[in-house]
Amino acid sequence: MSDPITRPTVGAPRESVDPAAVEEKREGTLPRGIDRLGERKRARLEQLAQATADKGGVSLVRDAFRRLRRNPTAIVGASIVALFILVAIFAPLLAPHDPAQRFDELTKNLTVDNIPGASSAFPLGSDPLGRDFLSRMIHGSRQTLFVGVLATLIGLALGVLIGAIAGAFGGWVDNILMRFTDVMLALPALLLAISLVAMASRSSQWTVILAVAIVNVPIFARLLRGSMLAQRESDHVLAARALGVKQGSIVLRHMLPNAMTAVIVQATLTLSTAILEAASLSFLGLGDPDINRAEWGLMLGVDGQRYFEVRPELAYFPAVAIIVVALGFTLLGEGMREAIDPKSRR
Amino acid sequence: MSLLDVRDLSVVFQRRGERPFTAVDKVSFSVEPGQTVGLVGESGCGKSVTSLAIMGLLPRRGNKVTGEVNFDGTDLLKLRPDDMRDRRGRDIGMIFQDPLSSLNPVVPIGVQVAEVLERHRGMDRKVAMKEARELLDAVGIPDPTRRLKEYPHQISGGMRQRALIAIALACKPRLLIADEPTTALDVTIQAQILTLLKQLVDETGTALIMITHDLGVVAGLCDTVNVLYGGKVVERAARHELFARPRHPYTHGLLNSVPRLDSPRGERLHAIRGSVADNIPWVEGCAFAPRCDNVVDACLEGTPPLDPTATGGDLRCNNPVSEEVAVP
Amino acid sequence: MLRVIVRRLLQLVVTLIGLSALVFIWLRNLPGGPIEALLGERATPERRALLVKALGYDQPILVQYAKFMQRLLTGDFGNSIRSGDPVTEVIGRAFPATIELAAAAMIIAIGLGVPLGYLAARHRGRLLDNMSIAGTLLGISIPIFFLGYLLKDVFTQNMHWFPPSGRISTGVDNTNVTGFFVLDGLLTREFDATADALWHLILPALTLATIPLAVIVRITRASVLDVLNEDFVRTAEAKGLRHKTIRGRHILRNALLPVVTTIGLQTGALLSGAVLTERVYNWGGLGTLIYNSISGGRDYPVLQALILLAALVFVVVNLLVDLSYAFIDPRVRVR
Repeated sequence: MSDPITRPTVGAPRESVDPAAVEEKREGTLPRGIDRLGERKRARLEQLAQATADKGGVSLVRDAFRRLRRNPTAIVGASIVALFILVAIFAPLLAPHDPAQRFDELTKNLTVDNIPGASSAFPLGSDPLGRDFLSRMIHGSRQTLFVGVLATLIGLALGVLIGAIAGAFGGWVDNILMRFTDVMLALPALLLAISLVAMASRSSQWTVILAVAIVNVPIFARLLRGSMLAQRESDHVLAARALGVKQGSIVLRHMLPNAMTAVIVQATLTLSTAILEAASLSFLGLGDPDINRAEWGLMLGVDGQRYFEVRPELAYFPAVAIIVVALGFTLLGEGMREAIDPKSRR
Repeated sequence: MSLLDVRDLSVVFQRRGERPFTAVDKVSFSVEPGQTVGLVGESGCGKSVTSLAIMGLLPRRGNKVTGEVNFDGTDLLKLRPDDMRDRRGRDIGMIFQDPLSSLNPVVPIGVQVAEVLERHRGMDRKVAMKEARELLDAVGIPDPTRRLKEYPHQISGGMRQRALIAIALACKPRLLIADEPTTALDVTIQAQILTLLKQLVDETGTALIMITHDLGVVAGLCDTVNVLYGGKVVERAARHELFARPRHPYTHGLLNSVPRLDSPRGERLHAIRGSVADNIPWVEGCAFAPRCDNVVDACLEGTPPLDPTATGGDLRCNNPVSEEVAVP
Repeated sequence: MLRVIVRRLLQLVVTLIGLSALVFIWLRNLPGGPIEALLGERATPERRALLVKALGYDQPILVQYAKFMQRLLTGDFGNSIRSGDPVTEVIGRAFPATIELAAAAMIIAIGLGVPLGYLAARHRGRLLDNMSIAGTLLGISIPIFFLGYLLKDVFTQNMHWFPPSGRISTGVDNTNVTGFFVLDGLLTREFDATADALWHLILPALTLATIPLAVIVRITRASVLDVLNEDFVRTAEAKGLRHKTIRGRHILRNALLPVVTTIGLQTGALLSGAVLTERVYNWGGLGTLIYNSISGGRDYPVLQALILLAALVFVVVNLLVDLSYAFIDPRVRVR
């Protein structure tokens, strides 16, 4: 049966009780009925019109940024992320000691069931090998950022490639690629990562990064493809096609850039899950075997787990750091999503 | 005594961080038992908000409702929410614009009719379903027994609106509010629904508030008409008076923009310039001034008062359309 | 309706075939090659030769794949390298433990998540809402194995409310019927065994429920907010219906449709989480099996079967969810 509600009715859009929408209707450029008025009145009327019609003409991106700046979620997220990146950049300057160095003062008191706590020289005490825990925490920001960013970027690059091909060509290419992503999505993320790590004879930092990256490939691919398919039917792409713009050029100039906003938001959110997934792999003993490497996931997953009874701080500090940073990326990503699509705002 | 007496009803939307917006501005009107009253105006003029305020259906937060809504001697605005809940659907029924989205998509039509009977008339499900069948039959839905079990997406737009009318009239309310009940329907269906409404109103003696932007609807149905602009009543008159001698330039414009079969060939249709967006706050003058052909200096010196006219209506205009140049 | 089922079944078959191909390629690319992967490093040359023959690795690749598929379909996954037992047996022993844990976690996630999401939406912008948003954000940002240790530390070491690990106390006599300890106790009327199993179940299930709970709260909240804006809710209010009716029949019945889909998608997260949670609480299920088959000498035959099983569970659960959706939502049902 036909659906009558989509039929446009003349001059009578549905009324809304949303005050913002009602107000929107009041704004806009004025007036044509003023020609019979006196000069003074006309000026006043125009001035009134100006007051209500100052909006409009702001580009979409600027609008999104404006919303982003006013969104407390995004601001908190961005601040956490900025702080995290600053610590990572200036880690060598901030850390009081070499994170790989074992200190005699610490090792001499070190036993299986005693790990030295805070002292004036070592504010967070020792790690299980007699190294300065604070310095390792500070340096850990670098490695954590490195793992998270790299895993996300590789996942994004591969996913965007697959998604763009599927979205641009459609048809059987799309079909095969999407069935492929279906298969990958059918596997629980951690199990997929485990099987990927298992393909290497020895695990290393790179196996972790690659495994986490590949887990995210189908997500990026699906996202980009979905958004490109939606655009294939959109007015501006149809217009470009009608103007005789070449297919490749339409994809590169029109479809891809628009679809990328959603991908960038997803990448921000993925940074958070990538760090968590890397920590999980470390916890399962599939992480980086390098004992000198200071990375939060590794510190939490290996030492934090092993010495939880002896010195739970070894778990608490990296865990809190991971939680805060993951939260930061999530908040920033959510904020960006709200800024780009105000409808999603709740 | 009037059945419904709305006195100085105002609705101000106030959201944090935004300036307040007056959607309904001291609107007063009354409805006699069995009478049909029209609220006419363009989108955004406040007519829907007025009806929601009467029903107590505006969101609890973000707005301020002042004034009085006296129904049968009780001020509905002063009622406790639960007491108002007892009256909605029983004393006052309401029909909405979009029949598809106004019906719950995952509940059978029969249950949606029956639940209001169960709530207000204390029927159990079996009796209520039987009554629902009668109601669907009464609003002209063919094969009502089968429709009881069907879902909204399975029946046509016209039938959905009939079902909504059945729901609104299920408890024989003394007042029915119809908010643009035909706007979302095909033209042929529109006429059927209006005929049905007229027939039901005549049969049951229910008073009706008809909210519409369509003067054609008003012409066939209403006893008196209130024309709203920018949240205020600008003209009120009996139906024949309004159509014969519209005094407010806005009403005049609305009537002139309706195409007529009997107008000479080639005559151009008159449209009102601009849109509802082109108005000014009432405190600065007449909200309609920017679009008005009759605008004079006085129109920018504060709100014109709503004065009684010689013909028993009310008019808010400094320079009304003279009676001689009215539409033939 | 029939057409929907057939189409979804076909899709499922295609996904499973794709998965088997992927596992086949994966197995061939394991370190040391497939033979070593399946037999372990210490196998004798005779056994290797035997397996090469059995797998058809002296024949063209398509024949190899055909033989591989044949073994999958007959349920022949070989023997575990670790224990030497048939893989199906090893997995069969661990399967009920994980299902019990996952089901308990899902019950907690739905039972708490839906009411919380609903209340958050109804109190949008107020304290309860802000707290639930903060809670869900924390829930998806916390490494769940860390949360597991934390809960264990607080509730077992400090307060002694719950047992620290395992599925049942030693000394509790439980008859194994189905492998689901809670259920077994009920079936055999050994109610103390059921109580003990439940007592062991609570902390691991809470830990595992964290992420699905956070997701369900978020989805429910967003969905309820959407429905609250719908015209039919206003109609229901205009009818003067009671709160209870509006909440149940008009808001939740519509708002829960997206939540049902989410529940299916969370199966994957539950299986991922089970690997971590089972390790924390020493819960002898599939998660532990995955952990054991990867660390301390890789047990590829078991891992291979686990990968296939996990994917099968995921696609079947989601198929069931889609089909149940068709029953809940009349708009899908009727063609």
